[in-house]
Amino acid sequence: MYKIISNKKISENSYEMIINAPLVIEKCIPGQFVIVMGKEDSERIPLTIYDYNKDRGELSLIYQVVGASTEELSTIKDKLYSVAGPLGNPNEICLNTEDFKDKRICYVAGGVGIAPVYPQVKYLNEKGLNVDVIYGARSANLLLIRDKIEKVAHKIRYATDDGSFGTKGFVTDILEKNINDYDIVVAIGPVIMMKNVAELTKKYNIKTIVSMNPLMVDGSGMCGACRCEVDGKPKFACIHGPEFDGHKINFDLALKRMNIYKEEEKEKWNQMKKTLGGLENE
Amino acid sequence: MNDEKVRGKIQDASKRIHNFEEVELGYTKEEAEKEAARCLHCQNPRCMKGCPVSIEIPEFIQAIKEENIEKAYQIISKSSSLPAVCGRVCPQEKQCEAMCIKGFKGDAISIGSLERYVADQAILNNLNTPIMKEKNGKKVAIVGSGPAGLTCAGDLAKAGYDVTIYEILQKAGGVLTYGIPEFRLPKSIVKKEVESLEKLGVKILTDVLVGNTILLEELQKEYDAVFLGTGAGLPKFMGIPGEDANGVFSANEILTRINLMGAYKEDAKTPIKKAKKAYVIGGGNVAMDAVRSLKRLGVDAHILYRRSLEELPARKMEVEHAMDEEIQFDLLTNPTKILTDDNNNVIGMEVVNMILTEAGEDGRKNVIPDENSIHTIDCDMVVMALGTNPNHSALKESNIALNEKGLIIVEEAKTSLDKVYAGGDAVTGAATVILAMEAGKKAAKQIMEAIK
Repeated sequence: MYKIISNKKISENSYEMIINAPLVIEKCIPGQFVIVMGKEDSERIPLTIYDYNKDRGELSLIYQVVGASTEELSTIKDKLYSVAGPLGNPNEICLNTEDFKDKRICYVAGGVGIAPVYPQVKYLNEKGLNVDVIYGARSANLLLIRDKIEKVAHKIRYATDDGSFGTKGFVTDILEKNINDYDIVVAIGPVIMMKNVAELTKKYNIKTIVSMNPLMVDGSGMCGACRCEVDGKPKFACIHGPEFDGHKINFDLALKRMNIYKEEEKEKWNQMKKTLGGLENE
Repeated sequence: MNDEKVRGKIQDASKRIHNFEEVELGYTKEEAEKEAARCLHCQNPRCMKGCPVSIEIPEFIQAIKEENIEKAYQIISKSSSLPAVCGRVCPQEKQCEAMCIKGFKGDAISIGSLERYVADQAILNNLNTPIMKEKNGKKVAIVGSGPAGLTCAGDLAKAGYDVTIYEILQKAGGVLTYGIPEFRLPKSIVKKEVESLEKLGVKILTDVLVGNTILLEELQKEYDAVFLGTGAGLPKFMGIPGEDANGVFSANEILTRINLMGAYKEDAKTPIKKAKKAYVIGGGNVAMDAVRSLKRLGVDAHILYRRSLEELPARKMEVEHAMDEEIQFDLLTNPTKILTDDNNNVIGMEVVNMILTEAGEDGRKNVIPDENSIHTIDCDMVVMALGTNPNHSALKESNIALNEKGLIIVEEAKTSLDKVYAGGDAVTGAATVILAMEAGKKAAKQIMEAIK
């Protein structure tokens, strides 16, 4: 069991959870993820590491409530049943900062994708690399942790679909305008956003790293649920990724594979809402 | 004289295809004693030679005859740390029972059923495993809590070693927990076996991926020896078109969702895909476990195997149980393509008939496709049970010697790395629970000789 230090709402449907898990973060490097289970019978939920404090042994996660399992997670205040990690491979730039000292790097984050972007930008900032960030969301109130990312990003630009903050439009609009300023792009967010970024950078032949978050069960290579098509071949996001060359990922397939359990999940979500609703009525 | 073996009761096929409760119900006291009475107590017991972990079989059967279950359990426990598991999942018909002298003229003694009886009684009556030796202060790390790791841990702990097991999943047991279904090996039994190891002082750290959470190199520094029992690895896929469709799964994924995550239960939080008609590709024990699990979820479940019934590598008893459960066996057939709709959902398979040819070096007949026979079949789920490729997650940054298949090379269980031993599927490729246990046992013996 892992002690929950805090688990609080930070926007309409996003939560930040801080957990005491010293062994899990002892070796973590940004880009890696964990798998958490709220209770003994919960689903295994993969979440990218958002922040950590190695001195205090604290791991921070940001998650969005999108279904029954994340809803359950948001109600747990005391202890988590399981936290396994760090899983997957570190981000290539963070792992070899020296090799990227002279590169002009831009991070593109979409929505809750800022959670995995933040530790990378923070880490690179600490290593003396200046990194720009383009951050987009549907609307201003869905832009998360702005104060934190602004502290570590060299330059930050915002885009919102409705124009309520920053540029009205998409992150790709800002990126395209400034495309000549960058040698490397790291894009993390909804699959459709990563696809659009990768298509854009491909035109300009700019190296692009994306972080995939497919369905996953064990997270150690045993089940193959998380397979993605990379360069025409199946790769497991859990042990070969989660970050891949954005120009080699089959995003259309990734988008379709996210729907495998759509019906089953909807059913569970409805069941849960019914139960919750029932309780509220009592 | 009528000398047939005593058959334990089994759950009726028509009933059991609707539940996940155990198929074989196990001997009653009377049945066990009647079966034990058939043993001839040969001067030179051949059965023991057939047992990979050399259980003193005639002795424990004698103890059953004497109605001394505690003694029988102590005898088995000297050689096996997981008797309730072995009694259920060992292929006895190819091992101890195949060697039994009685089997030459009639029925061999049902050694597996007797072992299970003793182990189950021990669990029911909370019997203790043998008293361990005094702690010797030597520390051993075990990577992976499957049958190889648990066996190695048990033997070392009994000999006084301080043992710590590292496991990535939330529960110990490896394939016994995530792979073998409840109806063949109840998880409560696995839990009891693990608890009995913990009573011996074995520490189990879950949620730890060696290679990520902690490095092998660190274990080498911190411990006097390390045993790698990391298991079979990454599920294989065929490499045919359509394999990334929604509705194509590895058998490991299906089994993990059902067994580890309990997806078969009404109130489970982990989903399992609902399907009408599923084909499980392959003919091994994992394929049988997957197809029989799907059947219990109400799926029209088929096996699709490229060779014939004779070459089917699964244990005979499992195949018979599957047939009793009205699982369809589509033999001498191989998929060439998975067909999908616009949303990438499986809607069928293109398959080809296979023709048996001469036996290869391994004595199994080979097959070649009959190219004129390509046809399509309807289904909405395809499950790949084709074996595995090695997983090197735990070996990261080590320069351990591997063979051309990527499996760890060992000599008398010792790897090329200092203090590091290995065994089970990580060394042999996908095999059986008992072979992994034998390897765990062998490694424990080598560790005891090397570190006193």
